[in-house]
Amino acid sequence: MGKKNVDPQRRMLLQLTTAVGAVGAGFAAVPFVSSMTPSARARAAGAPVEVDISGIRPGELRPVEWRGKPVWILRRTPEMLASLATVQPHLVDPKSQVKEQQPDYAQNETRSIKPEVLVVVGICTHLGCSPKRELEKGTISSDWEGGFFCPCHGSKFDLAGRVYKDVPAPKNLEVPKHTYLSDSRILIGVDPKGKGAA
Amino acid sequence: MQKLLAWVDQRFPLTKVWEEHVSKYYAPKNFNFWYYFGSLALLMLVIQILSGIFLTMHYKPDTSLAFASVEYIMRDVPWGWLIRYLHSTGASFFFIVIYLHMFRGLMYGSYKGPRELVWILGMVLFVALMAEAFMGYLLPWGNMSYWGAQVIISLFDALPFIGPSLAEWLRGDFVVSDATLNRFFSLHVIAVPLLLALLVFLHIVALHKVGSNNPDGVEIKKKKNADGLPLDGIPFHPYYSVKDTVGVAGFLILFAAAIFFAPEMWGWFLEHDNFTVANILQTPPEIKPLWYFTPFYSILRATTDDLIKYGLLPFVLALTALTLVSVRELKTKGIVVIIAGFVVAGFFGLEAKVWGVALMGLSLILFFFLPWLDRSPVKSIRYRGWKYKTALTIFTISFVMLGYVGTQPAEGIYKMCAQIGTLVYFAFFLLMPWISTYDKTKPVPERVT
Repeated sequence: MGKKNVDPQRRMLLQLTTAVGAVGAGFAAVPFVSSMTPSARARAAGAPVEVDISGIRPGELRPVEWRGKPVWILRRTPEMLASLATVQPHLVDPKSQVKEQQPDYAQNETRSIKPEVLVVVGICTHLGCSPKRELEKGTISSDWEGGFFCPCHGSKFDLAGRVYKDVPAPKNLEVPKHTYLSDSRILIGVDPKGKGAA
Repeated sequence: MQKLLAWVDQRFPLTKVWEEHVSKYYAPKNFNFWYYFGSLALLMLVIQILSGIFLTMHYKPDTSLAFASVEYIMRDVPWGWLIRYLHSTGASFFFIVIYLHMFRGLMYGSYKGPRELVWILGMVLFVALMAEAFMGYLLPWGNMSYWGAQVIISLFDALPFIGPSLAEWLRGDFVVSDATLNRFFSLHVIAVPLLLALLVFLHIVALHKVGSNNPDGVEIKKKKNADGLPLDGIPFHPYYSVKDTVGVAGFLILFAAAIFFAPEMWGWFLEHDNFTVANILQTPPEIKPLWYFTPFYSILRATTDDLIKYGLLPFVLALTALTLVSVRELKTKGIVVIIAGFVVAGFFGLEAKVWGVALMGLSLILFFFLPWLDRSPVKSIRYRGWKYKTALTIFTISFVMLGYVGTQPAEGIYKMCAQIGTLVYFAFFLLMPWISTYDKTKPVPERVT
């Protein structure tokens, strides 16, 4: 790398050419990198899903698929709803204050539009496992009030999908956008006023 | 024949390359059992590529066809079961060989100067191999394939700011889907294998430039005869080519025994949950990666608020104090305090989940820095004192323990073992400068023994 016999003008041109070439290579990479983002078809597949909930009995949970994710619809019994108040002191976010985990209309005591019907994405907020349904009292431990238990890393959620303290999952389960078409039919993926069909 | 060779040699450095890397590559004469694993790793790479080529002829990378196409290979393709088991059992054997190869490096100080680049290239190879194995495991589209990929890609979600869009970019969808399967197939059969081949080439070129280490950790190039050849060296061919052939024969007996009698190794090489097709509505009762990832997976799972508060925080504070006492320069002290400040602030400011991912990443990164963390004047464990020997023993035991508890539920005693193992893991690397500095070494002989 001797500095002798170097024409500074040519050296400058050489460096400039290299720089422009590097920028060009950067632009050339754009189509390849972009081709790996979700395709138009994948985006379109995020269409809303309609579910008839009249057949779900009290205490029963029905899983449905929406955007390739399991969505749980649970019709809670009066005892189940009563447990939501008892477990409050053990929860991280009992008032559902983390905004992105539910739409505004589900930011209430039961995290639902109708108190008895819980609609929640069945994917643990830790690392994306699907928690097990431990809806009965006393299944996990003697003081278990019913809820969801993730076997992968031990996260626990109550019957409104709210996360317990001292488990790896940081947030409550996500409540998806959903709306009632009638008393017995719900549409998952759309806000009640019909503006959120993204 | 001689004429043909001369003709070629005028146009291509055939004889020159052969002599430089094979027939006149002088390797130390005292290689022992542990030196089999380099050539065995190369053998495994060849086996995986060959069996992979034939699997690709029958496999279909499509979520609706993939699982059935693997069943088809197992049941209907002539000898398909053998080729598939060669590949799936081969993956585990590949990692067994690689882990022993790396352990050899730790024992005999093969990462120390002048072989730092050999070590770093080897570590890049290890990481690339992990990526290759991870992507390959999605291809059968079994339930564990699906949920394993779901969990591991979600790790990227945990990264601040870029996380969610990066995870989406890797999946090509909002969840693991057909797009993910298809790109993993592409990366698994062409991109990563090409990278592996290139890295193996570089690993060997770097090795042959500096020469092989040996169980005594003596540089054989320091003592040469009148012809300039190392006194303690013997040509790789025929001496080590013959020795390695014996190693290959022994290894293939074990490999064949596994393939024919226990290809699934009771769930250790092929998990039971992967014999049902992927079901996005149903998680397997226990999501766990295959055994070769579990030490690192354990570190991920062990990182909870408790570990940060009662384990990592005191550890970082102690390490900072130790560093401040040990370094002289004021500027270095300042940098250490600033880094420690950021880390401690992060302990309080970031979720335990983010730290889990960060520590898992760090557990691999630290390996790269081993040549500079180890300050010992000797290479081989034969001439090290009790401090390094004890540290390596405890590290090895805890690494195996981390691997085992990673296959068990993250509760009770398993969780505690994982947390202790995690602290031991980081202590081994981060205390290495002191362990190796204050270790009393024995005199190293002039020639190999």
